[in-house]
Formats: sequence, structure tokens, C-alpha cells
Amino acid sequence: MSISISIENVSKMYRLGQVGTGTLAHDLNRWWARVRGRGDPFARVGQSNDLREAGGEYVWALRDINLEVQQGEILGIIGRNGAGKSTLLKLLSRVTAPTTGRITAYGRMASLLEVGTGFHPELTGRENIFLNGAILGMTRAEIRKHFDDIVDFSGCGKYIDTPVKRYSSGMYVRLAFAVAAHLEPEILIVDEVLAVGDVEFQNRCLGKMRDVSREQGRTILFVSHNMGAVKQLCSKSVLMRNGAIDMRGETPDIVRAYLRSDAHTQRVFVGAECETAENDEIQLLEISVGDADGRIDSHLITGESVQIRIRYRLKRPIYNLRVAILLMTTDGVEVCSSSDIAAAAENSPRPVGEYESICLIPKNLLNRLGYLVSVDFDVPLERDILSGNRVFFEIDELSANQLGRTRAAAPSGVVHPRFEWQVNCRKTPALNVHGTQ
Amino acid sequence: MSVAETSTCRPDDVAVAPHASLPVTVIGPPQGWLSLNVREVWRYRDLLWLLVYRDFVSLYKQTILGPIWFLIQPVMTTLVFTLVFKNIAGLSTDGLPAILFYLVGITCWGYFSESLTKTSETFTANANIFGKVYFPRVIVPLSIIASNLLKFAVQFALFLVFWTYYKFSGHAIAMNAAVFWFPVLILIMAGIGLGLGMIISSLTTKYRDLRFLLQFAVQLAMYATPVIYPASTLPEKYQWLILLNPLTPILETFRYAFLGVGQYSLGGLAYSACCAVFIMFAGAVIFNRVEKTFMDTV
Repeated sequence: MSISISIENVSKMYRLGQVGTGTLAHDLNRWWARVRGRGDPFARVGQSNDLREAGGEYVWALRDINLEVQQGEILGIIGRNGAGKSTLLKLLSRVTAPTTGRITAYGRMASLLEVGTGFHPELTGRENIFLNGAILGMTRAEIRKHFDDIVDFSGCGKYIDTPVKRYSSGMYVRLAFAVAAHLEPEILIVDEVLAVGDVEFQNRCLGKMRDVSREQGRTILFVSHNMGAVKQLCSKSVLMRNGAIDMRGETPDIVRAYLRSDAHTQRVFVGAECETAENDEIQLLEISVGDADGRIDSHLITGESVQIRIRYRLKRPIYNLRVAILLMTTDGVEVCSSSDIAAAAENSPRPVGEYESICLIPKNLLNRLGYLVSVDFDVPLERDILSGNRVFFEIDELSANQLGRTRAAAPSGVVHPRFEWQVNCRKTPALNVHGTQ
Repeated sequence: MSVAETSTCRPDDVAVAPHASLPVTVIGPPQGWLSLNVREVWRYRDLLWLLVYRDFVSLYKQTILGPIWFLIQPVMTTLVFTLVFKNIAGLSTDGLPAILFYLVGITCWGYFSESLTKTSETFTANANIFGKVYFPRVIVPLSIIASNLLKFAVQFALFLVFWTYYKFSGHAIAMNAAVFWFPVLILIMAGIGLGLGMIISSLTTKYRDLRFLLQFAVQLAMYATPVIYPASTLPEKYQWLILLNPLTPILETFRYAFLGVGQYSLGGLAYSACCAVFIMFAGAVIFNRVEKTFMDTV
């Protein structure tokens, strides 16, 4: 197996904030330093990519990345927002250049940072296929060769001579992805394209990418927040954190590590420690996972209910506020979601003040697993207010295993609710009916 | 294989890897003075063509008159110029029919100024495409020059129609051998427009000030170029000033070649050509420096 991409000591520095009058002064300083043969006088400010310490004017979005990708490998890249994933892909797809270090890639590279780049709304589907294909690096002859496949794959055959501004957003995306899917690069860089389109189309895309990698030995780098897709597609993954590669290994392990690391503390999330917990409208004070009595330091067992308490302060009255939770396993499987909307009076403003929304997860529902709770504040059908803050808790003990004895520590499944079972005797051999009993 | 084997590659060089026939791409920090990759640009020639096609087709979609707008603009401007500068202000047109005199000036100046202003927006206007996909950035300014050339061709055909009309209605206009400079004149105009545009485009990625300057600078520059007056009408002591403008010989040669009147000198043309080469070179160097990392500052 040969190397497809080799990344050596790659770093990328960004300037924070606005480009203004001060920038010129910095530029002149930097130029002067270069003339005298000195290093960049501003490079030392803002050492690591930790958004919480964004004091300096410059930040290292990537710091000393070293990575080798084998040919034919589908490598998942996961990490929190701002961990440097997208910056890395931008460097790979040559949208911008690294500050130091070098990347060597063997083979043609194409990136799908976002599908439909360069689509012109006034042009027809047919014209856009050619334009988009050319932007992505195909020649007209190559596009002509694949034209029918592209149209088939997109399912837009009937509208191929209609301007794409008349397309529904779904058709638009399907057409755009169809073009991209028929690129024939040795290395494909994919970022978040699967966030769009319906489930059926998403699966088709995943399937297409897998085929391309397996049958034609192409290398794929795949960045996504959709853990399900990453697990489905990639056997190996890397976890990025603060601009560096934190872990590399089998995807299930990496996904688990990511989801755990992402929940700030075990069972209590303290808003004051995290800058993502506050904005102009709301301040999230605390999320805690307690047992039936509200204690947060006890073991959680399946036979008792679990309380999720969300404490927050409204800075201004919010009309129709909804506090919702999304329950996930640490493997990234979404279990269920719920909100306080039914408990709050409908069509009423919640005035300024401190609140507590408590969610009670009934006993005999969860399995013996690690769970994540992600808390979202929004106004239904209107806007998101604050989202993405998470806590992590683990159910340590199975009070009743409904399968009786199992080899695994827990029965399979993401929940283990107690169902009612009956065993009825409907028919028995005649002998016994008139038997001696 | 070890990566050191290919370390002799300059950034962005596409060479053949020793272990397979795969092209090798090396991505590194921007360095070097000028690394034009002509082969890569050639590989993307279809994109250039399609961008021209897009500009041409999309511009007048959902209009009734369509490409006729290409002709309406110069005709209307010519009429207004004739009325204002010839009839009201009484400026000289070197004894030529005013319509022809202005039309040739407007057509040429239009090509130059459109090429300049459009290329100067290369980075800012295409930031969203450049931010997602890599292709040789220089394709975009080249496509702008090309699609303006198409427009110029249409407008110039209109000029020839007027020319034929005036010729056969008995005006003393004569084409002469200088017509053979035609392709060179266009090349020089395109070169100056492209070069200046690339310089301004590169500088505006960080500082937008130049964009405002450009807007009226182009308008004013028209008056420093013999578009609405012949260079010969200028007083002797200001002649050097207008001759400093590398576009002056172009316009004068155009008029001389097609209408028979104008200051035509090989020295002037050589001066324009030198300016064009110099500006193009400067533009290429600056563009080259900026194109790799402009996404960080735009």
C-alpha cells in the first residue's frame, strides 16, 4: 500500500478580528522585520487554537500537523467546531496555503467543500453541469463522457434544460452532488455535504463514495459532524482538538473518545466555564444529571428515574421559548428528543429572570450505557437561540435485565424499557386437556 | 516511499511521482517571486471557455433585447457625446464625421475600462468560489478579458457598419496599412487592462480603499485619453502629458488606421507595448503573491 497524502509539520496562523487601520501598521512592521531578516514579530501571539483564550491578535488554527494517509483509505476527521478540521481541508484543497510545513499529495485532488460551487442560477441544469464540472477540474470531454450518468444519478433528467433557479433546493443539491460524485480524482476531500438532501439520497451518496474508494482505490478524507455517517463510511478516523491531532485509530474508538471529550464534565455542566453557554439573550447556568433524589454524585441505575435539570437566566423576555434535550449514546446514536414546550403555557413570553427546566426520564427506560444530553434553546419554527451544550452521564447498573442472562454487560439496544409480557397457553395436545389434572 | 525524493519540486509543481504515474502536488507556504504554471492553466482551458460562455449567456438572460444591449450602449453614448461635445461644446473631431470619431473611441475605451474594472474585482467577487475549490486563479481574469473581447468584437462590427455607411455616402475616410496593427493594438489594450486589474484586485483583498479610487479614476482617465478629442488639438506644451498615457498611441493608431487621421508613430506604439509588458509582469508577480492566501484576508 502506498502513501496517498503526506502532511508534515503543517501549521496555519490566522489573524483575528477586523482588518482595519491597525493592520497596515502590522504589515509595515512585519515587512520591516523581514527586510532586516528577522522572523514575524507577531507570530508568537496567541499560541494555540483555543478559542477560550483568544486574547492575542493571531491564532494558530493548526499547529504541527503530521499525518499520512494510505491510498484507498477513507479517513474520517472529527472534532469540535474550531478544532481545525475545516482549516486542514482548506489547506488540502489549496483554497489557502499553510503558514509553515508542507503537504505532498500523490494523484489528482478534488474537494467537495460545499456542493454546487459556481452554479449559476440563470443557467440550465445542463450548462451548470459543464460549468461546475470544469470548476472542479474536469475537461469538457470528461464531462461529456459522464453526462448521462450524472443526469441519471441526480434524477433531474426532465428538468435538465430548465434554469437551476427554478429547481427545488433538493434537486439543486442532488444535481450538484451528482457532478461531484462523477469526478475521477485519486483523492477526494469531502466536508459536510451530507447535511443536505433527503435520507435516501444521503445513503446513495455514502454508497457511491464507498464504491469509489473500494473499487477504484481512491483515497477519501471525510469531515462531518454526523457520527453515524462517519462510522458508516470510515474505518479509521482522526480526532482533532485545538488545532492538533489528538488521536488516530479505529473509528468507533475515536467517535467514543470524541463524544466523551465533548461533554465538558461528567454529569454537571457549569455554564460560567464555557463561552458557548452565553449570548445576548440567555445565559445557561448549569445542566446537571441527578438521580431520583436529585443527587449528582450517586450511581445511576436503570430501576430509578433520572433527572436532568437545566438552569438558565433570560436576559430579555423570550416569546415561546422552548428548552429541548437530545439524548444520544456516546456512539453517536440519537435516542430521542424532548422539550418543555408542553409544560410551559403556550404563546406566552417568559419574562427576564432565572429559570429551571427539569426533565424526568422515567425509570426502566434507559440501558446500561453512556449517554449524552445535548441542550437546545430555541423558538419553534423561528430561530435557534443557544445550542450544543452537552453533559455526559453513565447508567452504571442494570436493575433488571429483561433478557435474563446475557453474555454482554448490557442487553443490546440503545434503550432497555420494561415491556409488559404475557405468556398465554393457546393450544396444547388433546391428551393433556382431558388429562388427569 | 519517502517524501524526500520529491522535495525538489517547487510548490504547486505537478511532476510525475517515481513510484507510479500519479501527478504529485506539493502544497507549501507561499514563496518565490513568480511561479506561473502555464501547463496547469492550459489544463483548465475548458473552464476559461465555460466562464466566458456563462458571462455571455447569463448577462442578458430574461431581457427582451438580449445581446442587442451590447450595441445600444455605445450607440447611445456616441449620440450623447456628439450632441454635447461636438454640437454644444464645439470640440474638434479632426475633420472626421463625429459619429465615427466618437464610436471608435468609445468602443476601444469601453473594452479597456470594462476589462480593468471587472478584473480588479476578481478576488472580491469570486471569494465564495475561490473559498471552496482550487483552480488556477488567473483563469478568472483571463476569462473576463476574453468575454470582453467578444463584446468588443460585436461593437466593433457595429463600427464597421457605420464606417461602410459613411464611406459610401462620400466622406473622405480611408483605411490604410496600419490596419494590420489591429491585433497588436487589442493585445496591448488587453494587457494593460489585465495587468492593472490584477494589481488592483490583489491590493483590494486586504484594503478596499482602492476600489473607491478606481471607480472615479476610470471615469477621469477617459478625459486623459484622446477619446472625445484628438490628441492633436492639445496645446504643444501639454502634448507630452497625453503622450505619457500608454493608451494614447492605441486610440490614435486606431483612428489613423480606420479613418485616416491621427497621430501614428511606431515609437508611440513601442512605448505602449513596453508599458503593457511591464504592467502585465508587475500584475502577474503581485497576483501570484496574493492568490495563495488571499482567502485569509478577503
